[in-house]
Amino acid sequence: MATMPASASDLLKSFKLKTKQQELLIRVSILCLVYILAFITRLFSVLRYESMIHEFDPYFNYRTTLYLTENGFYDFWNWFDYESWYPLGRIVGGTLYPGLMVTAVLIYRILRFLRFAVHIREVCVLTAPFFASNTTLVAYFFGKEIWDSGAGLVAAILIAICPGYISRSVAGSYDNEGVAIFALLFTFYVFVKAVNTGSLAWSLASAFGYFYMVSAWGGYVFIINLIPLYVLVLLITGRYSMRLYVAYNCMYILGMLLAMQIRFVGFQHVQSGEHMAVMGVFFLMQVFYFLDWVKHMLSDTKLFQAFLRITVTCAVAVGGIALGLGMVSGYISPWTGRFYSLLDPTYAKDHIPIIASVSEHQPTAWSSFMFDFHILLFLFPAGLYFCFKRLSDATIFIVMYGLTSMYFAGVMVRLILVATPAVCLISAIAVSATVKNLTVLLRSKNKVVQTGSTKGSGGSKSSSKALLDQSQPFQKNGAIALLFGAFYLLSRYATHCTWVTSEAYSSPSIVLAARGAHGNRVIFDDYREAYFWLRQNTPQDAKVMSWWDYGYQITAMGNRTVIVDNNTWNNTHIATVGRAMSSYEDEAIEIIRSLDVDYVLVVFGGVTGYSSDDINKFLWMVRIGGGVFPVIKEPDYLVNGEYRVDKGAAPKMLNCLMYKLCYYRFGEMLTEYGKPPGYDRARGVEIGNKDVKLEHLEEAFTTSNWIVRIYRVKPPNNRWWLNRYKFG
Amino acid sequence: MGRTSSTKEDAGALFHSLRSAYAATLVNLKIIDLYVGFAIFTALIQVVYMAMVGSFPFNSFLSGVLSCVGTAVLAVCLRIQVNKENKEFKIIDLYVGFAIFTALIQVVYMAMVGSFPFNSFLSGVLSCVGTAVLAVCLRIQVNKENKEFKDLPPERAFADFVLCNLVLHLVIMNFLG
Repeated sequence: MATMPASASDLLKSFKLKTKQQELLIRVSILCLVYILAFITRLFSVLRYESMIHEFDPYFNYRTTLYLTENGFYDFWNWFDYESWYPLGRIVGGTLYPGLMVTAVLIYRILRFLRFAVHIREVCVLTAPFFASNTTLVAYFFGKEIWDSGAGLVAAILIAICPGYISRSVAGSYDNEGVAIFALLFTFYVFVKAVNTGSLAWSLASAFGYFYMVSAWGGYVFIINLIPLYVLVLLITGRYSMRLYVAYNCMYILGMLLAMQIRFVGFQHVQSGEHMAVMGVFFLMQVFYFLDWVKHMLSDTKLFQAFLRITVTCAVAVGGIALGLGMVSGYISPWTGRFYSLLDPTYAKDHIPIIASVSEHQPTAWSSFMFDFHILLFLFPAGLYFCFKRLSDATIFIVMYGLTSMYFAGVMVRLILVATPAVCLISAIAVSATVKNLTVLLRSKNKVVQTGSTKGSGGSKSSSKALLDQSQPFQKNGAIALLFGAFYLLSRYATHCTWVTSEAYSSPSIVLAARGAHGNRVIFDDYREAYFWLRQNTPQDAKVMSWWDYGYQITAMGNRTVIVDNNTWNNTHIATVGRAMSSYEDEAIEIIRSLDVDYVLVVFGGVTGYSSDDINKFLWMVRIGGGVFPVIKEPDYLVNGEYRVDKGAAPKMLNCLMYKLCYYRFGEMLTEYGKPPGYDRARGVEIGNKDVKLEHLEEAFTTSNWIVRIYRVKPPNNRWWLNRYKFG
Repeated sequence: MGRTSSTKEDAGALFHSLRSAYAATLVNLKIIDLYVGFAIFTALIQVVYMAMVGSFPFNSFLSGVLSCVGTAVLAVCLRIQVNKENKEFKIIDLYVGFAIFTALIQVVYMAMVGSFPFNSFLSGVLSCVGTAVLAVCLRIQVNKENKEFKDLPPERAFADFVLCNLVLHLVIMNFLG
C-alpha cells in the first residue's frame, strides 16, 4: 500500500516538466488551437451553401488564376484580354496585382505534386482562410517583439476572430485583401525586427515582405508612406541610431527595386507624388549620417549645434525646392483621385462619381466600428496608454500604425480592414498588461502572508501587518473580480464575433437566401442560372452589355465578351453604357448598334424584393453618363428631387431603356397577395407604366425569380431599300 | 543679428578646425591628394568642352575622361596603401566613393542622350547606389567603435552584405531589359 502512491507520485514526477517547458507546451498548444480556429470560423458559407467564389471581384481573380494554371506564367504576364471592354480590350498582364494568383497556383502545384487531386477552385476558395491563419502566427511574433509573449498570444487570439478582418477573408472571398493583410503585417513585423536588431538579413526580409505586398494589393502605398513617417518621428524625437540607418536604407533600396518589377506599379516609385515621402526620408537619413560623422570628428558641441542648424535647414530647403520643381514641371505626378479622396473625403463626390458610387468607399458610421471591433474599441485607448508608458522604437511604431490606420478607417469603410491588425495588437497589450498586473497582485498577497507568519516579531510590526492584511483581502477580492470581468468581456467578444461572422459576413452575394412563408429557407440561384444560359445558348462571339458590376461574373461564368466590367479603368466607356441605359429606346439602339452588342443584361428585384438591382442603381448610371455626355440630365428623372417609379414618376424615367427592360411584361404579374398586378416589391409601389413595348430588342431569357433578365438585340428592319431610295 | 554673426563665427571656427585637422596629415599624402584633385579637374574640363562642341568622336572623349578618372582612382588606392591608419575602412570608403561616382557618370550620360529605356537607366543607377548603401551598412556593422553592434561578429555582417548584394544584382539583371 505504501509503495503504490509512492510509485504513482514518482511516475507523475517523472512526467512533470520544468516550468519553462510547461510554458512552451502551453504556448504552442494555444497557437495551434488559434490557427485551427482562425481557419474554421471562416467556413460558414462553404458549409451552408457550397464551395464557390463570392461577390464580383473574386471572379476576375479566379478567371486569371485559371488562365495562369492552363497557360503558364509567361503567357499570363503578357496576356491581352480581348473578351472584356469590347472593343478596346484590356492589357491584363500590366494592370493587375499578380501576388494572389501566383500564390494560389503555387499552393495548387504543391498539392498536386503531393498527389492530392484538388481543383483550382477549391484552392482559390480556401486561400483566404489559410492566410488568415498565417496572419495569427505573425501577430503572435509581432506582439512578442513589441511587448512580450503574453501579449503576442492575446493578439493572435483577437485577430483570429475579429470581424473587421473576417469580412474580407471568408472562404470564397478570393480577393487581394485576403493575402495582402498577411503581407502587410509580415512586412511591418520584419521591419520592426530589423530596426530593433540592425541586421541586414532582417532588412532584406522586410524588402521581400514589401515586394510581396506590392505584388498583392494597391494598398502598399500605406506601407510606403507609414514607414518614412515612422522614421521621421524617430529622427525628430532623437532616436536616430545606426540600426535605424542600416534597416531603413537596405529596405528602401532593395524594396524599391523589387517593387518596380511589377508592371502595374512600374516607375511610380520615382515619378509619383504618393511615393516621394520615402525618397525624401532616404536623403534625410544620409544627412543625419553625415551629421553624425561630423559630430564624431568635432569635439566642440557649440560649433556642432550651429552646424546642425545650418545643415538641416539647407537640406530641407534643397529637398523642398527639388520636390517643387518636380511637381511644377509635371515630372512628379500629383496624388491620384483614389488616394486624394482619403485626405479630402469630399473630393470624390464632386469630381469622380465612379469612386463615390461604390458603397465601400463611404465614410464609416459608429455602428460599423462597434460591429467590427466590439470591445477592442475601448481597449484600444487603454493599449495606447500602456504603449506610451513604455516607449521604445517598436511601441512608437505600433502607436503610429494604430493612429494613422484609425484615421483612414474613419474616412472609408473598406479601410477598417487595414486598421484591424493594429487595433488587435494594441488591445492585446492592454489585456495582457492588465491581466499580468492583476495576477501579480494575487500572487504577492500570499508571499506577504507567509513572511508575516514566519517572522511574527514585535507589536508595531504586527499591527502594521494587520493593517496590511486588512487591505490585502480587498485587493485580492478586487483583483479576482476584475479578472472575472475581463474573462466575461472576452467571452462576450468571442460570442459577438461568431454571431457577426455567421449573420453578416458569410453570404456569397451571388446566391441569395430568404425565408419562405412557412419559415423554410428559399435559395435564389438566379445569377448563375442566367450566366450558364448565356454560356450554353448564345454564339461564342456574342457581346453582352450590362452595368459594370456584373462584368467580371459574365466573363468568368458566362464566358462571353462584355462591354464594361468592374475594372472601371475607362470612364468614358462606362458613361456610354450609362447613356444607353438612360436614353429612350430609339437613341439607345444607336449606341447599342455602334458597340456591336448582341445581348443586354439587367438585374431586377421587383418580384423577390431584392434591393441591389439595377433600378436602385439607376441614378448612378445617370450621374456617370451625365458626367461625360451633358445631354443626360439628372433632374429629368426626378420628380421634386425624388426618385419614383410609380404613376407620379418623370416621363423620361417611365420610358427610358432601363425601365422598359426591367418592367417588360411585369405589369401583368401578381407579386404579392392583396396587391395589384405590377406591384414592385423592392420599391414598395405599383409601377407607373405597365404597358411596355419593345421595338428593337426582344426578350431572350428571364430567370425563374425574374432577378436577371436578358434581351437580344434584333437585327435592323428590312426596309432598308426604302431608306436608300429616299436618301439616294 | 547677433545670432547670424555668431553662426558665421561658428562656421568660420568649423572651417578652421577641419582645416587644422587636415593640416596634420603627412606631406606625401597631401601631394597625392593634389594629384587626385588635378586629375578630376582635367576630367571636368573635358566634359565641359564636350558640352560646348558636341561629343562626335565619342571614343576619344570617353578615353580622355576615363584616363583622368582612372588615374585619380589609382592615386587614391596608392594613398590608402601608403597611409598608416585603418586600412580596411579606407578600402570600404573607396568602394563607396567609386560606386557613387559611377552612378553620377550614368546620370550625366542620361542627361546627354535621354532616358529612353528608363528601366535600364534606373537599374544601372540603383545598382550603384544600392551597392554603395550596402557597403556603408557593412562599414557601420564592422566598426568596433559602434556600441550597438558589439555582439555582431564581422563574418556574419559580411555574409549579410554578400547576400543582400546577391539579391540586389539578381533584381537588377531582371530589370535591365
